[in-house]
Amino acid sequence: MESLVVLEAEVLGHFKNLPITNTLLASWIAMFILAVVSILATRKVQLIPSGLQSLFEIIVDFGYTTVEDLAGSKKAKAFFPIVMTFFLFILFSNWLGLMPGFATIKFEGEHFLRSMNSDLNMTLGLALTSAALTHAFAIYYLGIFGYLKKWFALNPVFLFVGLLELVGEVTKVLSLSLRLFGNIFAGEVALLAVSSIFAFVAPLPFYFLEIIVGFVQAAVFAMLTLVFMVLLSEKHAQEH
Amino acid sequence: MPANFVSGFTIAFGTIFPAIAIGLIGFKAMESIGRNPDAANKIMPPMLLGMAFAEAIAIYALVIAFIK
Repeated sequence: MESLVVLEAEVLGHFKNLPITNTLLASWIAMFILAVVSILATRKVQLIPSGLQSLFEIIVDFGYTTVEDLAGSKKAKAFFPIVMTFFLFILFSNWLGLMPGFATIKFEGEHFLRSMNSDLNMTLGLALTSAALTHAFAIYYLGIFGYLKKWFALNPVFLFVGLLELVGEVTKVLSLSLRLFGNIFAGEVALLAVSSIFAFVAPLPFYFLEIIVGFVQAAVFAMLTLVFMVLLSEKHAQEH
Repeated sequence: MPANFVSGFTIAFGTIFPAIAIGLIGFKAMESIGRNPDAANKIMPPMLLGMAFAEAIAIYALVIAFIK
């Protein structure tokens, strides 16, 4: 199709043979802002919070009760930081991609900034990290033998099921990355297409849709990571 | 046949069943909220999760349509 937005991220420069793309730059900006806001909010933690700290307390409390409902209170302490980090990072970089300057500033003929999740490399990295952490938690909670027994059993029927589950793990990574990539990339193409037709009032409904989609996709990614972690670290249920 | 026909057909056929799926999920959610309005807050998060799963299939078709 006619490319308003190219599928690959544009390379801006190189840092000792490592290509720096515009999505990488956007991810650095998102990380930097998140880190600064978090440090500011937790600098002097007071018992009766005020301002930024209380806003973060609302967010953290809501997330922690959700995680605790799904995972049980013991595992929630381990799962919550990771799930919340995924949620905040993806949410923030999705919403950052709607800010002015993101498809307009040009640097040597290419866009200077591009929404982080509109690059399949970024979402694949996030999905692989999520899968690696899920398996690491499973090994931690089940022990190495309990973990291996999930995939390889002595009973041939269970062996077949276990191998299919192994294939299912690969598809989980693919579906996590492609879902996030597809949603954000399609949103970016839609915004650019509408803005190139008539840039003034027409993009507003699309911006509204993109705000909602950014939030929903971040929530879905975090919830799926949490559910996969809980499912994989469950002990094999006794059937008798 | 113009080259765009492939992309067009991909996205056209690929979103029929996800649309039906999302509609069915919403339908059942509405019905259960109607039977039990107090449970609306408990029904909505799983409904959104289910809709996101169903929509992901349509997104796969969209990615293929974009590549072609």
